[in-house]
Amino acid sequence: MSEAVLNPGLKGVASDFAGEKQAFHVPWGKAMMWIFLLSDTFIFSCFLISYMKVRISTTDPWPLPSEVFALSFGGDPIPLILIAIMTFVLITSSGTMAMAVNMGYRKDRTKTFWLMVATAALGAMFVGMQAFEWTKLIVDEGVRPWGNPMGAAQFGSSFFMITGFHGMHVSAGVIYLLVVAFRVRSGFYEKRGGNYEIVEIAGLYWHFVDLVWVFIFAFFYLW
Amino acid sequence: MAYVAIADRDHEIEHHDPDTFITKYIWSQDHKVIAIQYSLIAIFVGLIALGLSVMMRLQLGFPNDFSFITPEHYYQFVTMHGMIMVIYLLTALFLGGFGNYLIPLMCGSRDMVFPYMNMLSVWVYLLSVIILLASFFVPGGSTGAGWTLYPPQAIAAGTPGVDWGILLMLLSLAVFIVAFTMGGLNYVTTVLQARCKGMTLMRMPLSVWGIFTATVLGLLAFPALLVSAIMMILDKTVMSSFFMPAALIAGEQSSHTGGSPVLFQHLFWFFGHPEVYIVALPAFGIVSDVLATHARKNIFGYRMMVWAILAIGGLSFIVWAHHMYVSGMNPYFGFFFATTTLIIAVPTALKVYNWVLTLWQGNIHLRVPMLFAIGFIFTFIHGGLTGIFLGNVVVDLPLSDTYFVVAHFHMVMGVSPVLVVFAAIYHWFPKITGKMFDERLGRWHFWLTFLGTYSIYLPMHYLGFLGVPRRYFAMGDPSFMPESAHSLNTAITVSAIIVAMTQILFFVNIIKSLRSGEKAGPNPWGATSLEWLTPDTPPKHGNWGHHLPEVHRWAYDYSVPGYPDDFIPQTVPADKAPSGRDHGVKH
Repeated sequence: MSEAVLNPGLKGVASDFAGEKQAFHVPWGKAMMWIFLLSDTFIFSCFLISYMKVRISTTDPWPLPSEVFALSFGGDPIPLILIAIMTFVLITSSGTMAMAVNMGYRKDRTKTFWLMVATAALGAMFVGMQAFEWTKLIVDEGVRPWGNPMGAAQFGSSFFMITGFHGMHVSAGVIYLLVVAFRVRSGFYEKRGGNYEIVEIAGLYWHFVDLVWVFIFAFFYLW
Repeated sequence: MAYVAIADRDHEIEHHDPDTFITKYIWSQDHKVIAIQYSLIAIFVGLIALGLSVMMRLQLGFPNDFSFITPEHYYQFVTMHGMIMVIYLLTALFLGGFGNYLIPLMCGSRDMVFPYMNMLSVWVYLLSVIILLASFFVPGGSTGAGWTLYPPQAIAAGTPGVDWGILLMLLSLAVFIVAFTMGGLNYVTTVLQARCKGMTLMRMPLSVWGIFTATVLGLLAFPALLVSAIMMILDKTVMSSFFMPAALIAGEQSSHTGGSPVLFQHLFWFFGHPEVYIVALPAFGIVSDVLATHARKNIFGYRMMVWAILAIGGLSFIVWAHHMYVSGMNPYFGFFFATTTLIIAVPTALKVYNWVLTLWQGNIHLRVPMLFAIGFIFTFIHGGLTGIFLGNVVVDLPLSDTYFVVAHFHMVMGVSPVLVVFAAIYHWFPKITGKMFDERLGRWHFWLTFLGTYSIYLPMHYLGFLGVPRRYFAMGDPSFMPESAHSLNTAITVSAIIVAMTQILFFVNIIKSLRSGEKAGPNPWGATSLEWLTPDTPPKHGNWGHHLPEVHRWAYDYSVPGYPDDFIPQTVPADKAPSGRDHGVKH
C-alpha cells in the first residue's frame, strides 16, 4: 500500500485516503478546524432541534415572529427589517473574508489586513445590532426567559439562548480575526515561512458562523 | 508550490527540550507527561467513586446499621459514583490517559499536533474535577438526582443538592466537555494527519483505531450533553421552561410551564449511548493488542476488526432511545431502536469471535496483562448477552429499574473496561516507567478482582429477576423478596468490600515497582508496534531521537514462519523479513 500505485475508482480514493502520513493533504490547523466545526455543527443542531421540540410541546401560543421582530421608521412597522439588515451585514462579511483569503495567498499583507478588519467590523456591527434587538425585546416588549406578554415562555428563552450562543461565536470570531489581521500586518507569519494558511482557517470559522446564522434565521424568524 | 506535509518540514520537528522541573512535569506540553497527569487525576477521582460505592453497598448489605448514611446521602452517593466513574474516570483515562500516551508513540509522531492545546486540556479537566468535588462541600451537598440527572426531579425541590449541587454538576460537565474537545481535536488530527512514513491507516494498531473512533464519537456526542446542561442551568437559574412542565413541586405550583422532560432524555441519551462506546471502543482496541502480543499470534481478522469498530461507532448514534422504553414512545420507534440495538450485536460479536480465534492455537503467555485481557473476554461476553435481553422492548419493560440493569451495565461498562485499564497499565508499565512490575502481586490482584467482581454482579441478575428495584435506599421487607435475597445482598456487600480492598495490591505493586522494580528492557514482551521501538525507555521528549521511524508492515507480525524471532517489529523492511499478513500464518 505504501507504493505509489494509483488505483482507479473508489478503490483508489480509499487507498489514497488510507495512505501513509496523512489522510487529507491540508495543514494540521485546517484539518483541526474542520473537525471542530463538525463538532460545533452538532451543538447548534441540538440547540435548534431542542427549540423545535419545545415549540411543539409548549401549551401556550407561539408569538408571531413577523410582528415581534417588526420595526417602524416613522410609518407602518416593517416585518423583520432589522433581521434582514443583520443578515445582509453578516453575509457581506463573508464576502470580504473570502477576498481576504485570496489576498492572503497572494501575500498582499496590506490588503489582507484591511479586508480582515472590514470583516471584523461587519461582525461587530452584527453583534451591535443584536444588542439593540435584545434591548428592544427586553425593555420595550417585556420578553424574559421565564415568560413574555405575547405567548409561550419558550419563545424568549430559546431566542436568548440560541442567538446568545451564536452572538458569542460571532464575538469570538471578531477577536480571532483581529488577532490574525494584526499578526498579518506585523509580519508575524513572514518569520514563519510566509505561510498565510491561517487566514483561510480563520475564514472557515467565519463562514461557518455565517452559515449557522442562515439556519437560525430560517428556523427562528421565518417559521 | 508543491504541498509539503507538515511532518516533513524541518522547523516543525525542532522541539525545545524542557529543562526546569515546572516545564517538565507541571506545565508540560509533552504528550506522555500530559497522559500521566490525566491518568493520575482520573484514578484519584475514581478512588473517590469507589469509596462511594462501598458506602452504598454498606447501606444495602446492612440496612440501618450505619447511621451516617441517610437517604439523602445515599442518593448523592449513587449520583456521584455513576457520573465520576463514567465520565471523569473512564472517559478521561481511556482518551486523555491512554489516548495521549499511545497515539503519538504508536503512530510514530513526535507529539500531538498542538501540544499547547493538549496541555490546556488537562488543566481544564482538572478544573472540572475541582468544580465537581467542590459540590460535596456546598450547602445541601452534591446533587442526588441519579447519574442521568433527569428533570423535573433533578431541579425540583426535595431532591438532595437542588440548591448548589446540581448547578456545580452541570457546570463541571460543561467544563469537562471543553477540556475533552481540546484534547479530542488533537487526538483525531494527530491520527489523521501526523503519522510517520509508511504508517497507513490499515497498518495502525487496533488500540489507535479504538481510541480514534471513540474520540470522534465523543466530539459528536458531547455536544448533546453540553446543550442539555446549558438548558438545565437556564431552567434552574432563570426559570426558563425547556425541560420543566407545569407541575406541583413539594405542594406548590411551580412557575414553569410547557417544557418537555422527554427532550432532556433524548439529548442525554444521544450523548449517553455513544458514551458507552467512547469507553468500550478504546478497551476493544487495547485488548486486541494485548491479546495478540501475549498469544504471540496476529490478531484474527484485522480488517474486520477495524470495520467492526467503525460500524459500532456509527450504529451507536442510532440506538439511544433503547434507554427510554419505559419513558413511553411510539411503538414503531420502539421497534426501530430495538432493531438497531440488536444489529449492533453483530459487529460486537464478531470482535469477540476474533479475540477468541486469536487465542486459538496461540502461544499463550499467561502474564498479568494477558490474564486481565482474557478476563475481559469473559465479563464482556457476559455483559453483552444481558444487553441483548435489555435491547428488546418486551423483555426490557419488566426488567427496567431492577438490579438486572445494574448487573448488566456494571458487567459490560464497569468491570470490562476496568479490567482492560488494568491490562493496559500492566502491559505498558515497563515502557512508561522503565521498571518491571511484581508479577506475583499482579496475579493476586487479577484473581481477587476478577472472581470478586463476578461474585458481586452475578447474583444481582437474580435479584433483578426477582424484581428488586435499583436506586432504593432500603428494600424493607416486600413479599417478592425471600429471606435468601436479603442475605445475598449482604454477601454482595462483603464481596464489594473485598474487591475494593484488593485494589490496594495494585497501588502497592505500582509504588513498590517504581521504587525497587527490576529494570525493564525496551521491549520486554517482544511486541511489534512502534512504542516499543523508541531509542529510550521511558521515551524522552520528542520520542524518536533524531530520526522518525519508518514503517514497513502491520503491527501483528507474530510467529511468522521463516523468521528467527517470533515477532517482527513494524520498522523491519519488507525485503528483510516475510510478512505474515500477505501469506497467512501456516501451522
